[in-house]
Amino acid sequence: MSSRHPKRRAVLAAGAALAMAAATSPFPARAQPAAPATRRIPSSGEAIPAVGLGTWITFNVGDDPVLRDECAAVLAAFFAAGGRVIDSSPMYGSSQAVIGYGLAKLGVPPGLFTADKVWTSSGTAGPAQIEQSRRLWGIPRFDLLQVHNLLAWEEHLRTLFAMKEREEVRYVGITTSEGRRHDLLETIMRTQPLDFVQVTYNIVDREVEERILPLAMERGMGVIVNRPFQQGALTRRLEGEKLPPWSHEIGAVTWAQLILKFILSHPAVTVAIPATTRVDHVRENVAAATGPLPDAAMRRRMVTYVQDL
Amino acid sequence: MPEWRTYTLEDFLLFSPRVYWRMFELHNAAVWPLQIPALLLGAAILVRLVRPRSWSDRVIPAILAAAWLWVAWSFLWNRYATINWAMRYVAPVFAAEALLLLWLGSLRGRLRFALAPTAPSAIGLALLAYALVLHPLVAGLAGRSIRATELFAITPDPTAIATLGLVLLAGSGAVAWPLLVLPLVWCVLSWATLHTMGAPEGWIPLAAAGLAVAGRLWPRVGGQAGLLP
Repeated sequence: MSSRHPKRRAVLAAGAALAMAAATSPFPARAQPAAPATRRIPSSGEAIPAVGLGTWITFNVGDDPVLRDECAAVLAAFFAAGGRVIDSSPMYGSSQAVIGYGLAKLGVPPGLFTADKVWTSSGTAGPAQIEQSRRLWGIPRFDLLQVHNLLAWEEHLRTLFAMKEREEVRYVGITTSEGRRHDLLETIMRTQPLDFVQVTYNIVDREVEERILPLAMERGMGVIVNRPFQQGALTRRLEGEKLPPWSHEIGAVTWAQLILKFILSHPAVTVAIPATTRVDHVRENVAAATGPLPDAAMRRRMVTYVQDL
Repeated sequence: MPEWRTYTLEDFLLFSPRVYWRMFELHNAAVWPLQIPALLLGAAILVRLVRPRSWSDRVIPAILAAAWLWVAWSFLWNRYATINWAMRYVAPVFAAEALLLLWLGSLRGRLRFALAPTAPSAIGLALLAYALVLHPLVAGLAGRSIRATELFAITPDPTAIATLGLVLLAGSGAVAWPLLVLPLVWCVLSWATLHTMGAPEGWIPLAAAGLAVAGRLWPRVGGQAGLLP
């Protein structure tokens, strides 16, 4: 089902989540934006907000108390804006512990969707690593566990599917980034009952449009999009350029929003997970999921415009 | 294209420059006032080079070993590893360098430090003096807080550069390369980190490594005091 026209129930649920988040937030009340659009997870029909929060680099701040509080402020703004999906990995240094710090400080908002990964070359070390990750987050269980960068994917998928069977995790997925190992990813997608795949996709990195995204739709898998801004390189490259004059037609007032709207308008995409250290950027990112999204003709126009810059 | 060719240095950088530089501020605050004895130990090394005593050749390696051990535990293991998991593997290697210095220098007496009128000795003294005196000023010159200063025996870069200098001052010999390998590797790693962050001072550890290699390979004449074969 297209999330561009979310069901009334989903809208009400998102509204209730927003209200509860605002009530529990330690930060000053703000004018609440429109609830961000949600997407249905293909394997379950569950609706989740279409813009999540990545934590690669941005939440790896170690023990620095000032920067930990800044990350907690980003989380607070994310929750207040209606964001719920957070993604991390044991590879991301202290990011998991910093998420745990933020959740302990702010409280766990209703509808929080926790996504993490298993990242070790040893299949037998996977369960201990997952348990360590869970303790760092400070949550009873993860919603989604993914095999990071296909590392030891056969052993870890066995572990994750067994955990799903025991209801210790709700969804199972696998990740790649920067277009790597798509052939193997495709093979795994064709043979394994995955709930999610996570790939890199943005207006200039569009390789996944050819095989991975159509296959995800065919196989009923959700798609999480990482590195939507190429770790900031794309937005830095574009920030000196003028937005196209027709960007207002899709409600994009910044390059970041235009890029996110491009990503979210692909029918296979479930969630994009931009990472940021800034409260204003997290609000801007979540807001990209509200309002109109480009149609196929507008998407082609966007690609051409960016290519010509 | 092979998968490994798709990786760049940026793919291995786990943290932002702000987090990295603040780490030095936090570390200096956490270990204060150990900076004072660290500076005094550096000064003591310089004094013993100028006015050597019979025990200098065994005490200087012991000071260096203590510096490597302390940096391994306090900085790499307890501090840097919180944002860079690879440091959990590097810290034991730093400890190994400490043990090597202790074994070859303090216990077996295989190092003979001397100021000689040779190019390697001049390079060695320059590297040591830079590490002890000038490197602490880099943070301020780069526009960062002086609280983020990097000191010998407190943080890795000046400790590694000082070691390169001292090994060159110990002259030639079979044990020089084993003692140089880790400081050289660390300097290259540090360059890669700083370069990836866009920090212009990244050239410093790389230049130090290049000078140390040049000094070690410099043609030597006669049997000067130094590392015993």
